[in-house]
Amino acid sequence: MQQRSFSGVSQSPRSPSKQPPYLAVSVTDPAKMGNGVQAYISYKVITKTNLPEYQGLEKIVIRRYSDFVWLRDRLFEKYKGIFIPPLPEKSTVEKFRFTAEFIEMRRQALDIFVNRIASHHELQQSEDLRIFLQADEQTMERARSQESGIFKKKPADLMQIFKDVQSRVSDVVLGKEKPVEELNPDFEKLKRYVFELEDHLAEAQKHAYRLVKRHRELGQSLSDFGRAVKLLGACEGEALGKAFAELGAKSEMLSVKLQKEAQHLLMNFEEPLKDYVRAVHSVKGTIAERAAAFRQHCELAETIKLKEIDLNKLRLTRSERTADAEHEYEELKADGEEARRRFETIVRLMNEEMVRFQEEKTLDMGLAFHEFAKGQSRLANGIADAWRSLLPKLEACSSS
Amino acid sequence: MMGSENQEAHPHASREEMQSLILDESSSSSSTSKSFSSYRSAMTTLSESHHPLSLPIATSPAESDPLLSPRPPPQHRHLQSPKSTGNPNMQPPLYFADVGAVNGIESPSPSQSLEKSSPFSRSSSSSSSEYIKIAVSNPQKEVQSSNKIVPGGNTYVTYLITTKTNLPDFGASEFSVRRRFKDVVTLSDRLVEAYRGFLIPPRPDKNVVESQVMQKQEFVEQRRVALEKYLRRLADHPVIRKSDELRVFLQVQGRLPLAASADVASRVIDGAVKLPRQLLGDAPSTIGPQDAVQPAKGGRDLLRMFKELKQYVANDWGGSRPLVDEEDKEFLEKKERLRDLEQQLSNTSQQAESLVKAQQDMGETMGELGLAFLKLTKFENEEAVLNAQRIRAADMKNVATAAVKASRYYRGLNAQTVSHLDTLHEYMGLMLSVHTAFSDRASALLTVQTLLSELSSLNSRAEKLETSSSKRFGGDRSRFRRVEELREAIRVTEDAKNCAVREYQRIKENNRIEIERLDAERKADFLSMLKGFVTNQVFYSEKIGNEWAKVAEATSGYERESS
Repeated sequence: MQQRSFSGVSQSPRSPSKQPPYLAVSVTDPAKMGNGVQAYISYKVITKTNLPEYQGLEKIVIRRYSDFVWLRDRLFEKYKGIFIPPLPEKSTVEKFRFTAEFIEMRRQALDIFVNRIASHHELQQSEDLRIFLQADEQTMERARSQESGIFKKKPADLMQIFKDVQSRVSDVVLGKEKPVEELNPDFEKLKRYVFELEDHLAEAQKHAYRLVKRHRELGQSLSDFGRAVKLLGACEGEALGKAFAELGAKSEMLSVKLQKEAQHLLMNFEEPLKDYVRAVHSVKGTIAERAAAFRQHCELAETIKLKEIDLNKLRLTRSERTADAEHEYEELKADGEEARRRFETIVRLMNEEMVRFQEEKTLDMGLAFHEFAKGQSRLANGIADAWRSLLPKLEACSSS
Repeated sequence: MMGSENQEAHPHASREEMQSLILDESSSSSSTSKSFSSYRSAMTTLSESHHPLSLPIATSPAESDPLLSPRPPPQHRHLQSPKSTGNPNMQPPLYFADVGAVNGIESPSPSQSLEKSSPFSRSSSSSSSEYIKIAVSNPQKEVQSSNKIVPGGNTYVTYLITTKTNLPDFGASEFSVRRRFKDVVTLSDRLVEAYRGFLIPPRPDKNVVESQVMQKQEFVEQRRVALEKYLRRLADHPVIRKSDELRVFLQVQGRLPLAASADVASRVIDGAVKLPRQLLGDAPSTIGPQDAVQPAKGGRDLLRMFKELKQYVANDWGGSRPLVDEEDKEFLEKKERLRDLEQQLSNTSQQAESLVKAQQDMGETMGELGLAFLKLTKFENEEAVLNAQRIRAADMKNVATAAVKASRYYRGLNAQTVSHLDTLHEYMGLMLSVHTAFSDRASALLTVQTLLSELSSLNSRAEKLETSSSKRFGGDRSRFRRVEELREAIRVTEDAKNCAVREYQRIKENNRIEIERLDAERKADFLSMLKGFVTNQVFYSEKIGNEWAKVAEATSGYERESS
């Protein structure tokens, strides 16, 4: 399990404490609340910290999935350029919403989500994070209901941006007035990389999920086989019957091992892969933000140029409106400057983030691979040991 | 038996495997990607393809001609180390090698590869110097020339059947004939008739198909394999291997001189075949009481059929107890037990099929996962800007390689599992033979019962006639004649009854011997199957475990880092 409870926290100049600063968060104790259609799962979020911005050394709050979504959306709005850690998906299949397996998987994913935020040198300073970790339930609910819809980008908008990214060539061919695009070769390369990466990862994740299913199926058929063999042994009797009975028992035992391994595989290999795919989506979101910021910056630059021309005209004619126009022009220039700065911040942050992202993923996947290999090795050796222990008994049967 | 107990072959096998392991991106061979919907198709499917990991057949060393060497006693199996190919006796098109090897199945080792591989064959234990080796090959299309009415005629396939033997009855040590499938059916029918009470191996299915399908290569090959198996099983049976029917089938050139019809009388009249020795009891006459005890079939026996049917009905519904009952409690118990066995065999066989499918699926998905990661690796390496990507690509490659290897091991595991668990299927087929043997007994008993009740009714008629004619003073000549006729009928029927009783006893004894043999051989075969299955699992699981252990070791740094 990937736990990042202890996160490196940047030293705030206002906290000259002797202890090194820490911010440790965990998401635990899922509990079903409410009934029927309204039912949902609540989680305990425990914060242990010595940071002065936080109230006290330990705080426990109750949060639900939509609170996490709120936090993610706020961070996405405020910290453009940073890859916001991904959230597990909303469950689409009703009947799995409350299975122990699903709840545990979600809890784990939420725990990782919060920890990633808490250990990110920028995100951990977020006001919204503090609200999330400390506010009482009513305050949280109010905040959650206020924000819904206002800042959320509609999926359609995002899709449009992606389409722009992908359809540049066709635009040129069709002679359409194409939207303004960054002509940065590195950025182009990055976009292609991200999109292709997503495809590859999705395929790997699909097979990983199937592999989990195969483990369960093999476990089931071993169990059935074991039972059938036992019955066959009962027919035979004596030495042969005993041999069958032993084989059947081993078969059933191995079935249990396989089910366990299936679960381990799901939590420690397939889930990290899914998480990786989600993270790539998040990167795509940031790419879209960058494109939007660039467009804004360009549009403003255009507007400023036009305004400048207007202004010069006015200056020449010594119109009364010149003062106002000057004023507007200065404001526009400030906005333009702001937009340019925003865009450049995003570019800078993205470059840093890519480095962080790649390193993080190497660690995450490295661990996932390790767990995968460990589990498979354990399973195979368990199988070999179980069957091997049967051989001397079989030998004894044939000599009797 | 397709055993795989020999552990020493395994290093040999794995080296070969490693050499042939290429991390190519092509999908797995077609054989194992077909679904194992039934054992038969699974076996033959595997037999057709050249498995990429299939080994040259490992054969046992022999001081002399391997064909003459007796089957070594079972406990020495572990000590034998198989040699690799180069055995001069394995020349195409004679498939004298182990069935498993011919089918291209990679196996840890068939230790007696040149021995027959069918179950239910321990003939060598008693007469270890005698052997019959049969091979079926060279299917060819032929046209039935006699039928000129239909243009194009009737085409059928013949197979070359080659026998090597040292049994004296054959008078030769090596010979071949061409036979078609219809001939095999005839042989099978003749054997079933002649060897009542014996467990006769079930013959391959007829498959009512169109002539177009008949000539398809795959079907013909499937049939060739099935025929070979069948003939080998016949040759393994201690009694049938010495039968005239089999000898004639294997040796006599030209048209098969066994009659297709079941008419005993016409057979004898043809003179082509001697009556089975077992039946030639006392004074052999052309149609004697011994023929009366043959099961009632064919037009000439209609009367007898009706009588036996009457008796059968009387037994079942009349409420009247038959004069001779199946009293052998031991037999009834055995019958019950065998019925249970059949049911459990069927159930286990089904579950075994599911297991095989699950193993196959596991291997396939593992392989697909490996390939997906290989693609990712390639992608990351090509696009790598940062070192973290290269490291990740390297990790991924490790995992991918292990997954692909594991996938191939699963395939090997499965091929072996199929061949081991096939024993279950074989014995299921044998249960059919058991049914036949038991019904032989039942019908022989019915014949006895019929004759007995016939006798008793004849006797009572004779009595009635005698007493009535004695009342008539002076004697009625026609009545006297009738009484004489009755007495004659009673004598004949008495003889027939005695014959029938002897036949019934004989069949009972055959049943007993055969069931004993079945039990002993089944025990041995099943144990061998279990050992093979288990050894196989151990072998491949160890290999798979080792692959993953290496990757776990290589990635162990990540675990330390995150904790």
